[in-house]
Amino acid sequence: MPISIPMPSTPPLTADTSDILRFLTERFGALETSLFRDQTRIVVPESKSLEVLAFLKDSGFDMLVDLTCVDYLEYRDALRRYGLVYLLASTLTNQRLTLRVFVDDPVMNPHAVLSDGPEAADKPMPTVRSAVPLWAAANWLEREVWDLFGVRFLGHPDLRRLVMPDAFTAHPLRKDYPLQGRGERHNFPVLTRDDG
Amino acid sequence: MPIAPSQYDHDVRASDAEFPASDRTRSEDYLWTLNFGPQHPATHTTLRLVLTLDGERVVDALPEMGYLHSGFEKLGEHLTFNQYVTVTDRMNYISPMANNVAWHCAVEKLMGIQLTPRCQYIRTIIAELARISDHLLSNGAVGLDVGAFTFFLYAFYQREVIYDIFETLCGARFTNSYTRVGGVSHDFTPLVVQKIRDFIKTFPKTLADMERLLTRNRIFVDRTKGVGVLSKEAAINGGASGPVARASGVPRDLRKDEPYLAYADFQFQVCCAAAGDCYARYLVRMQEMRESLKIVAQAIENLPAGDIHIGIDQRTSLPTKKQVYSTIEGTISHFELSMANRGFEVPCEESYMGTEAPNGELGFYIVGDGSESAYRARCRPPSLLHFSLFPQLIRGHTLSDVVAVLGSLNIIAAELDR
Repeated sequence: MPISIPMPSTPPLTADTSDILRFLTERFGALETSLFRDQTRIVVPESKSLEVLAFLKDSGFDMLVDLTCVDYLEYRDALRRYGLVYLLASTLTNQRLTLRVFVDDPVMNPHAVLSDGPEAADKPMPTVRSAVPLWAAANWLEREVWDLFGVRFLGHPDLRRLVMPDAFTAHPLRKDYPLQGRGERHNFPVLTRDDG
Repeated sequence: MPIAPSQYDHDVRASDAEFPASDRTRSEDYLWTLNFGPQHPATHTTLRLVLTLDGERVVDALPEMGYLHSGFEKLGEHLTFNQYVTVTDRMNYISPMANNVAWHCAVEKLMGIQLTPRCQYIRTIIAELARISDHLLSNGAVGLDVGAFTFFLYAFYQREVIYDIFETLCGARFTNSYTRVGGVSHDFTPLVVQKIRDFIKTFPKTLADMERLLTRNRIFVDRTKGVGVLSKEAAINGGASGPVARASGVPRDLRKDEPYLAYADFQFQVCCAAAGDCYARYLVRMQEMRESLKIVAQAIENLPAGDIHIGIDQRTSLPTKKQVYSTIEGTISHFELSMANRGFEVPCEESYMGTEAPNGELGFYIVGDGSESAYRARCRPPSLLHFSLFPQLIRGHTLSDVVAVLGSLNIIAAELDR
């Protein structure tokens, strides 16, 4: 027989995030917010991203639903190349929030500042601080963004490629990487039994 | 009983120029490494686990994926919204209908389209049938991996019945590509409705038979109870969703929390458990199949009449042949949708829609740029986060528990790798 344990009922749907936006603006100053199809989106500069995420986690957004990246190289009116998207959800209050952090790249903007922090000044990749200390889900999601887009996460415990083979050199989901690839599939080394 | 994880906690990392392997002390020389996969009948599809073993006890597991990566997200930037549904079929291929519904619900949310009531009910019915199909395979595979072959075959026979329903509906058993923007490709015929009614009548008996085989089976309970325990905090923090999270006590079900399609019209319960082990996940899936059957039974009896496509003035779904040949709006819509750089317009905006797929929260984050294909079509795969939770579930258990835990998480490599 299936077990029936009384579980706390989920609170009714409330997409109202106006409280959380108010707390955010009180704490961090004016933030660019927008509402589209009942989703609240906020744009945060990289210098404040980890603090805002920590604040949101403490305010009840206990679940990191997704952490992904969009390459705006071919998007009209785009100012910065990469947009990291953090989709947060609260299992307690049933709210959702989308946080966007825009990061730049010399390909799109030759005068790009790759990171606001001094420790990342010598790294050639766009850099963002890792959210792994906040959510364990960020571990593999950030590895995937690094793998496919080349956005480096500072403080990630294990930033390796996830989806592509370890020996792969490009970041395939970038817009300047062609759909058919650059011939990597034909260049795999052929191993014979004697090599192994 | 499994040994407490703290006794064996140490870092195992693949050697990498930037992250060298941590120094191992002399006393850990007795540990040996076993490569589990990617070619292995018990890893569901191609995934790899590098296990560090102390005899039979798993000290650590390093999961590796990417063997089935096919660039689905890159394809999403080049295919139109109606073409991409064929690719979503191939993600969680155990329940392709659920992926189709998730994709098109996300596209319609971006475009701001409201479906007709009949279409919503139809999509709900097929999504629930896909859920039953997925749970049958998931639990069947858990049974198969621990040695219960009859249970597996009972489950697969019922999946054949569901495949037959899908074949009668749209001509394809498996990779259906059933949904379209603003509608579905084929309407329900009386034969389909009859087959669904027959399925509703005959399925509970098979489910009862299956339960009699395994639920109180001493061997099965010993192999799955207390194995692979996922605590509630680890589940939420790790991004688990669906049956994996609900079996750990997280009462989150998107069909109730953020009702989409027609789920708000139906009475059903959210199945949760508190233990968080493999047995709890098995029970949650079994009960969810009953709840899904309830939803299908309610929906099929109350199926609204009417059109499955939204109005032709909205220029998003292909009009019927009768409309094309007899009305001017139908002709114009047909030409506009079939021509290369005309067709529906998508706002230059981004939106995310999460649906309750059988495996968890399957969502699509779509960035539109005004053209008929997405600028970025990101699939949020539940299996990715569940697979990343695997090491903490398996530490301290034996080698034979690896298959039980892997099966109970229901990792589908095609969804994992995309």
